[in-house]
Amino acid sequence: MAELINLQILNRLLGWAGVDLPPSHLAGAVLAALVHGVILLGIVAVAAMFFIWAERKVAGRIQDRLGPTRVGGRFGWLQALADGIKLLSKEDVRPREADALLFRCAPYVSFAASFTAYLALPFSDGWVAQHINSAVFFILAVLGLEVFGVILAGYASGSKWSLFGAMRESAQVVSYEVPLGLCVVVPVFICGTMNLVTIGNMQTGWLTNWLVFHDPFTFAVFWVYFTCAIASVNRAPFDLAEAESELVAGFHTEYSGMRWCYFFMAEYGSMLLVSGLATILFFGGWHGPVPVFDMLGWSSMGGVLQYVAELAGAANFLIKAVVGVTVMIWVRWTLPRLRIDQVMTTCLKYCTPLAAVCFLGALGWQTGMFGLAAGPLWSPNQLMAVKQRGEYRESWVLKAEAAAAAEGSAAQAGRPAASGDRDEPDVSGETEPARSSATGAVGSPLSRKGGVG
Amino acid sequence: MMTLAGMDWHAIYFWLFALLTCGFALAVLFSANVVRMAFYLVLCLGASAGLFFLTGAEFVAAMQLMIYVGGTLVLLVFGVMLTAHSRFVSLRTPSGEWILALIAGSALLALLLSAALKVPDWVKANPDRAAISAADVEATTPIGMGFAGVRVDKLSQTDPQLLGGMSGYLLPFLIVSIHLLVVLIGAAYMARAKRRAAAVDEGAV
Repeated sequence: MAELINLQILNRLLGWAGVDLPPSHLAGAVLAALVHGVILLGIVAVAAMFFIWAERKVAGRIQDRLGPTRVGGRFGWLQALADGIKLLSKEDVRPREADALLFRCAPYVSFAASFTAYLALPFSDGWVAQHINSAVFFILAVLGLEVFGVILAGYASGSKWSLFGAMRESAQVVSYEVPLGLCVVVPVFICGTMNLVTIGNMQTGWLTNWLVFHDPFTFAVFWVYFTCAIASVNRAPFDLAEAESELVAGFHTEYSGMRWCYFFMAEYGSMLLVSGLATILFFGGWHGPVPVFDMLGWSSMGGVLQYVAELAGAANFLIKAVVGVTVMIWVRWTLPRLRIDQVMTTCLKYCTPLAAVCFLGALGWQTGMFGLAAGPLWSPNQLMAVKQRGEYRESWVLKAEAAAAAEGSAAQAGRPAASGDRDEPDVSGETEPARSSATGAVGSPLSRKGGVG
Repeated sequence: MMTLAGMDWHAIYFWLFALLTCGFALAVLFSANVVRMAFYLVLCLGASAGLFFLTGAEFVAAMQLMIYVGGTLVLLVFGVMLTAHSRFVSLRTPSGEWILALIAGSALLALLLSAALKVPDWVKANPDRAAISAADVEATTPIGMGFAGVRVDKLSQTDPQLLGGMSGYLLPFLIVSIHLLVVLIGAAYMARAKRRAAAVDEGAV
């Protein structure tokens, strides 16, 4: 992105002044960061607005009433905007007992954590703000920081209701990170990578290729994941941190106006995030139930058609993620809130053992029940061979490697380089020598140092 | 625009994150409230995770965020909230402890500085993300294999003296984890014994 802005936009715009920027120039990097940041901020904010409206409508339907109907003409679709304006105009109050600095910082900590995790979430093939190799791990790590904002809010408010809410929250989140991590490990080891773009691309094709249908254990582990995800984003029936019937409003009792609003943007942002993660890990990401654009051949065509295919992939991804959030809303208005001991029992006695059993089961399925069968047991998934999965790369890396290999071989032998299969997700043996020579040519001293550990 | 042309953004980000790390570390040192200390420590560790990201060590950075910020510090604040007495929340360091801490800290600083100054040649960090991403297999797989007890990098090591010391991490890893388990069981036992004594008292009454 930075290269594109420097070479294609800035150099063309400022070419008359004799400006010639290198591809990795600061101006392009800053502009690229701004573009990514603003787009993601827009996604999080619009998603929060949409889901707050959807929550009211769904809650209304479940409780046999209409929900918002007036604002914005029909269906009350502008209700969330009206709420936002109301919150902006509210007075920003702070209790006398509160720790002023932490009280002011806490909502931003929560929101920043939820927003930062989006940096590693791909929306379509290669549509990700930061290409991070261990994106799954990064998202889980950053999502775990959201709890810190809640704890700070609870502590700094100087109110016993807030403190109780924060204590419940920290106990709950620390416990639920264990089964959540175990569930996420299952698709990661099936794919042999923690790169979300690669995991998504590996499920190219029909819905039988979705990892949720890989074997009975991945099917089971998805439900455990979804339960733990609801708990880790503090939604009912696990919303003990803000239990209205017992703790007034829990950790955000003392908040009002925009600071209160930030907590809710963080909550709805992380709901979409965990649903998006589930979509990529279990439901094929941007690869739909029917691979229309793969059958048309657009997704590897390059140019505008490929862009259209990627755009449709992003829409596909968002639809699946929104369905996930809708199920969370449905669950919230259907199930009653658990007690704190029931929450802990659910985590430690049910979710963790279930996740562990599913982990072992999926591992056994891959290895033919630990050597009883000849190979991996039957699966509807048509993923690539196990040995190739760990070697599989994002398409932009494959392109960079092929380019580097072309340069290297052209420099060495003076013959035109063999262009590896650039866009095909399936890695054949052809790219193998290309890759090794590419890493030899491009591999930095830094990454080699990392290899020694 | 032309003055910006020669600018190395990598160095700018390095200085930014380094200053944030050091600044919040000092803030931890000079604040008296435990929860504020924890908050500054979160920011300090987050900024040092940023430094790891800058070098392309994303796994280590995420590990830092997950274990230290998301795990240890949450537990720390949790503990403070459970035992929230004003005596512990507000810490005043006596001057004797300042002196001890200065001695220990400056000894460590001297050690680290001498190690840093002895490095013969600093390698410049490579901002080429494609290369880093392509070298993923060479970077993370050996670490994972090393934890499982297989040192792949033995194959490329020629010095026999160094080769002798290259063992897998499996045994130290297991020893550390069993040690942690022992500590946890010990803590649970001590906490439990107290409660049992109280129960016996109640029964007697």
